[in-house]
Amino acid sequence: MEISGWGQYPRHTATIIEPPSAGDVQTALRQSADLPLITRGRGKSYGDSSLANSVLSSRLLDNYISLDQNNLKLQCGAGITLGSILELIVPLGAFLPVLPGTRHVSAGGALAADIHGKNHHGKGSFSDHVDSFRLCLANGEIKQCSRTRNKKLFAATCGGMGLTGIVLDMTLKLLPIGNDQINNRTVVSKNLDESLALLAEHSSSEYVVSWIDCLAKGDALGRGVVFVGEHATGQESGKTGRPPGLSIPVPFHTPGLLLNRYSMSLFNNTYYGLHNKSQPDQQVHYERYFFPLDRIQSWNRLYGRRGFLQYQLVLPLPAAKEGIRQILERVADAGKGSFLAVLKQFGPGNDNYLSFPCEGITLTLDFKKEASVFGLLEELDKIVLAHQGRLYLAKDARMTAETFKACYPNWEEFLAVKQQVDPDNRFASLQSDRLGLTPARNTRS
Amino acid sequence: MNILIIGANSAIARATARLMAARGETLYLMGRNSERLQELVNDVEVRGATISGSQVLDLGDPDTIKGTLQDAVNALGSLDAVLICHGSLPDQSQCEADYQAAKQAINVNGLSVIALLTELAPIMSTQGSGTIAVVTSVAGDRGRQPNFVYGAAKAMVSTYLEGLRGKLLKSGVHVIDIRPGLVDSPMTAHMEKGPLWAMPEQVAIRIVQAIDKQQHTVYTPGYWRLIMAIVKSIPAVIFKRLKF
Repeated sequence: MEISGWGQYPRHTATIIEPPSAGDVQTALRQSADLPLITRGRGKSYGDSSLANSVLSSRLLDNYISLDQNNLKLQCGAGITLGSILELIVPLGAFLPVLPGTRHVSAGGALAADIHGKNHHGKGSFSDHVDSFRLCLANGEIKQCSRTRNKKLFAATCGGMGLTGIVLDMTLKLLPIGNDQINNRTVVSKNLDESLALLAEHSSSEYVVSWIDCLAKGDALGRGVVFVGEHATGQESGKTGRPPGLSIPVPFHTPGLLLNRYSMSLFNNTYYGLHNKSQPDQQVHYERYFFPLDRIQSWNRLYGRRGFLQYQLVLPLPAAKEGIRQILERVADAGKGSFLAVLKQFGPGNDNYLSFPCEGITLTLDFKKEASVFGLLEELDKIVLAHQGRLYLAKDARMTAETFKACYPNWEEFLAVKQQVDPDNRFASLQSDRLGLTPARNTRS
Repeated sequence: MNILIIGANSAIARATARLMAARGETLYLMGRNSERLQELVNDVEVRGATISGSQVLDLGDPDTIKGTLQDAVNALGSLDAVLICHGSLPDQSQCEADYQAAKQAINVNGLSVIALLTELAPIMSTQGSGTIAVVTSVAGDRGRQPNFVYGAAKAMVSTYLEGLRGKLLKSGVHVIDIRPGLVDSPMTAHMEKGPLWAMPEQVAIRIVQAIDKQQHTVYTPGYWRLIMAIVKSIPAVIFKRLKF
């Protein structure tokens, strides 16, 4: 079956194995042919991290195991989506401490990519709220991992892109909330300096993120809109379940050429214009606040059949501003902007070997997949490396092994753990082959 | 509602149990694989169900079914709804070559259901209320070459249900025949999927709806009613030449 990540590039023909429950994972591993295998949750990583000749889908490992409402702990299968967890826990007054931009991510995928959210500066990343998990190793052995048990395996698996084994289930810490609403404030910034200053200024707020008009040049470079959010307090207001509101399907691929520098520029200008006056604070339902793009189903199809590349980088603080400026200038010059340019300030990173966040500024851009984009991204890589930055593996589909090793100084420690638990490199994705973490046994298609 | 689910580990039953759990219903679950059954018990409890009990039950041999429902009936007290969901898709060519294989397929998909209904009918009838919902299949509507043994077993159940519905009418017990089309589940994992395939969650929504609305024969998803109406109208002289 041909599959791809959310960016629809690259595509790969894979044999899919779908164990019906955690108890069947060992059997599936034993019975499947000796092909390089990777676990895939809901396929929401953008590039090739969930592609391999053999793909083990965690879709059916979507069961709950226990919920401790007093201590706010939830034990669940790796295949359950964060959105469905929220549907269960929000009415009970609990929330997930870290959320990405879509509700459709699986808990296992969130752990493997050690995802972050709009509150990284305060709450860290997903794995920082994982007490423990069960990992099925290449030899079928099941290991319980936590910060005190199998510590190294824990640190290698969180952010380890599925390369150490198959996460079966995990125990998550939950956040207490009053109700399902978020108080949202919107602040307009006129340029990059202002955008970064606003992000820093609001770092005591729970959720802070900025949208950037990445086609603006000169004095307006880095202009944007900063969104500041807090959980609403009080138990009464708005316990309404899911928000009313329409969901717009994109039933087929639109011709990729609809997204060009003119339409992008029009979109960016309009979007900036819409927010370009001070707005009163408003309360919005959490789904609308965290997952606005989920309202457009399959929005990835807007980029056309050839797909798109998302590029997310983080630059450590002292040099970050200058680096971000260079990158935005380069992108604006190339006229290859995206309508999803996002800027955010990260807090300190954690001790996992391959986790992406580190204290600094992160910028996310996306680009329609076309031949000329690869050269531009190579140039951006150089700026990132020159500023001691790194690229996010969950978004990546094209960085070289050299870039990866320069970005992630702990890669050798990661590999040492992987080799201990998976000496034959049973777990390998197209991405890990490309990054030089596994011998390239996956066929390229 | 107090609900008994038989064949609870099947994908359709699992999805239905989850919907019922979210409504806070009381469930008693029966299934073959004990590990998976316990997994489901934990899962639906977290989702809001009250579990009145669970029991491992192998439905391979219809002769051993007598008496096996007593614990469930005692635990639940009254049966507001019973969902019978178990089944297995046999290898058609093996069934044609070997009567034992055909017999096994008919035992699991057909006679075991009738054995269960024989146990249930008097209990429900005495109780004077409740719904019996049984998952059959569109495969029972016509004997198609690729799976007529499975189809024959399902047809047997559908015919039986139709009769039973009339028989139980006066006692206030309602009978529902749920006929799913192609469903993407572990039972059909080996089959190539196309646009007509549905997810177990879609079927589950219809099952809950059918019980709420006391419907009779439910094709799910709904387009199968039209497809099967067309298939049923094909004359034998043509149908015998069709290989689908």
